[in-house]
Amino acid sequence: MTYIAAIGAAQREAMVADKRVIVIGEDVEANVYGTTGGSKSRAEKGDFVQEFGRNRVRNTPISEEAIVGASIGAAMTGLRPIVDLSYSSFLYMAMDQLVNQAAKNRYMFGGQGSIPIVFRSAMFYGLNTGAHHSDRPYPMFMNVPGLKVLVPASAADAKGLLRQAVDSDDPVLIFESVPLWGSKEEVDESEYRIPFGVARVRREGTDVTIVGISGSVPQAVKAAEALAEQGISAEVIDPRTLVPLDTRTILESVRKTGRLVIAEPAHRTCGAAAEISAIVAEQAFDALRAPIRRVTAPDMQIPFSPALEAGFYPTADKIVAVTRTICGNNAPTDL
Amino acid sequence: MSLSNDVMLEMQRRMLRIRLFDERASKMLKRGQIPGTIHTSIGQEAQVVGACMALDKHDNMTGNHRSHGHPIGKGSALGPLMAELVGKGTGVCKGKGGSLHLADFAVGSLGESGITGSSIPIAVGAALSAQVLGDGRVGLCFFGDGAANQGVLYESMNLASAYKLPVIFLCENNHYALSTPAHTVTGGRIWERAAGFGMPGVCVEDGQDVLAVYEAVKAAVDRARAGEGPTLVEVMTYRFREHAEGLRLNVDYRNADERERWTSRDPIALFRAVLIDRGVADAAAMDAMEADIAREVDDCVKFSDASPYPDAKVAFEHLYTDAYETEALQ
Ligand SMILES: Cc1ncc(C[n+]2csc(CCOP(=O)(O)OP(=O)(O)O)c2C)c(N)n1
Repeated sequence: MTYIAAIGAAQREAMVADKRVIVIGEDVEANVYGTTGGSKSRAEKGDFVQEFGRNRVRNTPISEEAIVGASIGAAMTGLRPIVDLSYSSFLYMAMDQLVNQAAKNRYMFGGQGSIPIVFRSAMFYGLNTGAHHSDRPYPMFMNVPGLKVLVPASAADAKGLLRQAVDSDDPVLIFESVPLWGSKEEVDESEYRIPFGVARVRREGTDVTIVGISGSVPQAVKAAEALAEQGISAEVIDPRTLVPLDTRTILESVRKTGRLVIAEPAHRTCGAAAEISAIVAEQAFDALRAPIRRVTAPDMQIPFSPALEAGFYPTADKIVAVTRTICGNNAPTDL
Repeated sequence: MSLSNDVMLEMQRRMLRIRLFDERASKMLKRGQIPGTIHTSIGQEAQVVGACMALDKHDNMTGNHRSHGHPIGKGSALGPLMAELVGKGTGVCKGKGGSLHLADFAVGSLGESGITGSSIPIAVGAALSAQVLGDGRVGLCFFGDGAANQGVLYESMNLASAYKLPVIFLCENNHYALSTPAHTVTGGRIWERAAGFGMPGVCVEDGQDVLAVYEAVKAAVDRARAGEGPTLVEVMTYRFREHAEGLRLNVDYRNADERERWTSRDPIALFRAVLIDRGVADAAAMDAMEADIAREVDDCVKFSDASPYPDAKVAFEHLYTDAYETEALQ
């Protein structure tokens, strides 16, 4: 199953399971992005509007602030909305609602009520969509207490994490990596949930820990395969959820390997890589045998031309190159 | 519209609660017993109570920064509200909201907002859930003439109208946004903007008349409950006090004539005369009611005084429904 189909499957499961779940967002009725119609098999399988009706599949005007705000109000009063915000750049339109309402209400009101709501948004980076449609803004939201932040990197994780997110009584932001939408993985067709705060170890290793985030996970896995051929054994960890973050798995791995490389498609400053670096430096400094290294996008807006954008994000080659610089004795001598 | 005597007396009671509560809070703030700032609804009681009384207890309401009147108008008990202003653990928000963020879910008060305009779509969402669940409730949001110029109102009105949501947009036009006269920053009339969204807009020109406000909002509530969608109600009123108490504003941007014109139309005194005039109660009964409410306010202060401050660990509660991170956060 593809990553995008897995999201559609999780949404359908959640809507079948609970009448309080609604899907709300722009163009969800026509299923433009392919998550409200069971991917391409829409016609045979029946789309969401046919299956659940317009009461629960809410096609909206272009009004991000009102969509997010109304969904918060709905969540506070009995619904469990899945809000499809399409491009993650559009989250900024609703910043007030996300930060001042979704994240703060439960706390400010002393625990009266809860806000069971899922915000989905897609990071369309690497697709030559220019600066207005290529954001990877998840680190900004890690900085907002009260929001849970998910970055699934595979189809199976996307399905299980989305199901879990709908069950959560708190506001959850899911950032989908569009470059991974078409990626396939074996996905359990029955219902399952993946708990938050549990990393997925994609590959075990002993010389270096590579933490990959979102679209950088497959690159990290590829890098580890290449490194293995060069005699370096890399452990690859995908945290899957950034808030909460499975610090234990990361710290244990670093204590074992003594080295850490983090790869992510977001900007370098204050990114998830920066946060993970700080945690490891604070809590496992004694285990480090080499400096921590980050492979990120530069602190630049995303240029349009393929010739300019292509070099911006972590690739397997970049991860390999950076990793080799800190693997000293384990690296082949011809470095 | 013929309202029962009980309902009319309850209106006066709630207006008095707001007035006396706010007056007391103002005194306590000056004595340093309430931290921060407070925004009183003194002078605007008719508009708050007329609107809230047009709702049922189970209907939902969101307010703004002018913040004590709304939950009181909706029927909240005073003790936990006062305790909240002081920052006590028995506060309605456990001491974590304060004056700007009162919420009392028990009476359908989904929360005030310190960010102007920000609570408008929350009420729209409450109406959305009422529509999806078919439970017959309506939503109402209060906002000022200042907030009326924020884009979120228009996104919300459009969405509500397109979906025919049972929601009432209630603009409390007290003629000023902090120091800015409404007419200097507002193009046209606010209520007329409703027409552009295909919904009725009405203006209560005399917002000091609680019955006039009630009537307008009740019509909007009936319409909402009948599935006919949202209404924008603008109510013309005036705040008798400063924008915020506790803020040192050293300019006077309102002239004495204007203030005198409005303060001579005190909604509580006006309605007292109406009640006596209509034979609903005599002067003695009205005096007794005022004394009762004064005692209620005394009691709420006693309750607050006798309450402990929250334990420091409370600061780390209620971020999430599951406490997974609480320890890590400390
Ligand atoms: C988004 C935002 N901008 C500015 C402020 C500062 N501020 C607080 S109250 C206020 C005036 C609001 O006027 P209005 O909406 O008419 O309400 P009123 O105070 O008159 O009841 C301002 C500018 C704020 N709280 N939020």
